Amino acid sequence: MDHIAVRTKKLSKSYTQGLYALDDISIQVDHGKVLVVMGPSGSGKSTLIRTFNGLEPFDEGEVNVLGIQIDSTYDERKIRKIRKRVGMVFQQFNLFPHLSILENITLAPIQVQKRRPIEAEEHAMHLLSQMGIATHSSKYPSQLSGGEQQRVAIARALALKPELLLFDEPTSALDPERVNEVLDVMRRLAKQGMTMVVVTHEVAFAKEVADQVLFMDAGKVIETSTPDLFFSNAQHERSRRFLNQIEKK
Amino acid sequence: MKQFNKLYFQLALLAAVFILLAILINNLTINLSRAGLEFSFSWLYRPASFALAEHPLPYSPSDSYAWALFMGWLNSLKVIIVSLFLATCIGVFMGLARTSNNTILNFTSAIYITIIRQTPLLLQLMFWYFVAFLGLRDNTFTPLKGILSISNQGIELLGLNLSSEFSALLFGLSVFAGAYIAEVVRGGILSVSTGQWEAFRSLGLPESSGLYKIIIPQALPAIIPGLTSQYLNLAKNSTLAIAVGYSDIYAVNDTVINQTGRAVESFIILLVSFLILNLIITNGMEIINRMTLNTNKYQ
Ligand SMILES: Nc1ncnc2c1ncn2[C@@H]1O[C@H](COP(=O)(O)OP(=O)(O)OP(=O)(O)O)[C@@H](O)[C@H]1O
Ligand SMILES: [Mg+2]
Repeated sequence: MDHIAVRTKKLSKSYTQGLYALDDISIQVDHGKVLVVMGPSGSGKSTLIRTFNGLEPFDEGEVNVLGIQIDSTYDERKIRKIRKRVGMVFQQFNLFPHLSILENITLAPIQVQKRRPIEAEEHAMHLLSQMGIATHSSKYPSQLSGGEQQRVAIARALALKPELLLFDEPTSALDPERVNEVLDVMRRLAKQGMTMVVVTHEVAFAKEVADQVLFMDAGKVIETSTPDLFFSNAQHERSRRFLNQIEKK
Repeated sequence: MKQFNKLYFQLALLAAVFILLAILINNLTINLSRAGLEFSFSWLYRPASFALAEHPLPYSPSDSYAWALFMGWLNSLKVIIVSLFLATCIGVFMGLARTSNNTILNFTSAIYITIIRQTPLLLQLMFWYFVAFLGLRDNTFTPLKGILSISNQGIELLGLNLSSEFSALLFGLSVFAGAYIAEVVRGGILSVSTGQWEAFRSLGLPESSGLYKIIIPQALPAIIPGLTSQYLNLAKNSTLAIAVGYSDIYAVNDTVINQTGRAVESFIILLVSFLILNLIITNGMEIINRMTLNTNKYQ
């Protein structure tokens, strides 16, 4: 048990009767590993990783995150415990537009972890300089480029010293020339041993960083394998069709 | 720069109103004097010789009409200010309840908003006065002994006596405006993207501090204009005081007209009183608006 960061058992969810967004999903992510989740639009990737920090309630099965078990009875207390230890990065960044970059990052450490403001600010500045954007600390989100905003969002998630990071298509809203500045940060995090679950269609990134690739379609896990195997010799016809399509782009 | 323009505009508007009034008054004076009546405000200094049930400052029937009218204006101001406060509390609470995931809260506020908005205010005021307060007859209702007691004489709260007329008007106006304010608040909250909720939740912030620190600051720019117009409505609706026998400016004015026959002068006084009241509210809200825009530097 100790080596498992995330485990789901027979996890199911449907928004509309008979249509499953998640269909009997049982997966496992070990500590220090990177899982890349791929699949066509609407296959349930976002829904899946959002169950990991309780943003998405589900109907059946169970989810165990960092040893905390949740089920279909939405237990607020447990979910808040999980959220304090899990960071999440969104496609649309979701920075707080009315707060400065520094305030965006220090908000949760001060409010949730009750850290001293000075200490939280020092930590935030340290994270920002690691992201190469320390000079922007007193600006507001709208004054930054997309790539810079996403790096702030990563710094904000890291400020709580999480044991697990969730990424939902972190580079999909970025200009192509801005994608790598975010992926570089993520590569570095993976090298440092951060446990990550990443929904992305960046094949090069997945090949380099992922320990496992999970392919989903219509709420089901079609296959799970190593990136080497998946990208050279996918087992299922559905996976091969998907890979063909994203290679054409 | 923009603020100065606004101030000049308001001053110009006031000046225009006064010039227009001057012209009208001039015409009136000529016509009235032809009919043997003199247009003048000198009667304001004559004793009013009627009693007022409520007066925030010392008043007796031997005081002047001017003083009686001023008491009416203060009574209006008093009920408007307290109602604005209470209506805002009710509206914010109900608006938040309407957007919450809690089924009971959500349902309760939906019912409240629907019922209040579908019935006339006059009817609601009658209900508060004749049913809620006078309906108590000889019973005294004491929810908190020594702190709060309610009877047909009104409300006694920590030694503070509120007449049943004032209380009925206060509750009527506040509950009515509260329903509209709730809708304004709900609209403002819904204007904030769901991504902001997800972001604060995934940082482990509790709902209450997320609302306070993240959602409400972003909802305010959308809420304040709607709130201002609800406040102005409330102020204007306060003239329904006469229905429950509360001596507001309109009610006192009514008595004055009956006694003196000075309808034209009295209506001018009424007009100016409300102009001043509403300018106070609009400018107050403008200051609040500027404060929230200053803390929202992201535009
Ligand atoms: N709030 C919702 N209400 C109803 N159906 C929804 C809702 N959110 C998602 N769905 C449905 O659930 C399914 C899975 O959606 P999800 O967002 O998880 O897909 P995804 O794999 O992340 O897609 P994308 O690549 O477009 O982000 C889709 O069929 C979607 O239409
Ligand atoms: Mg998605």
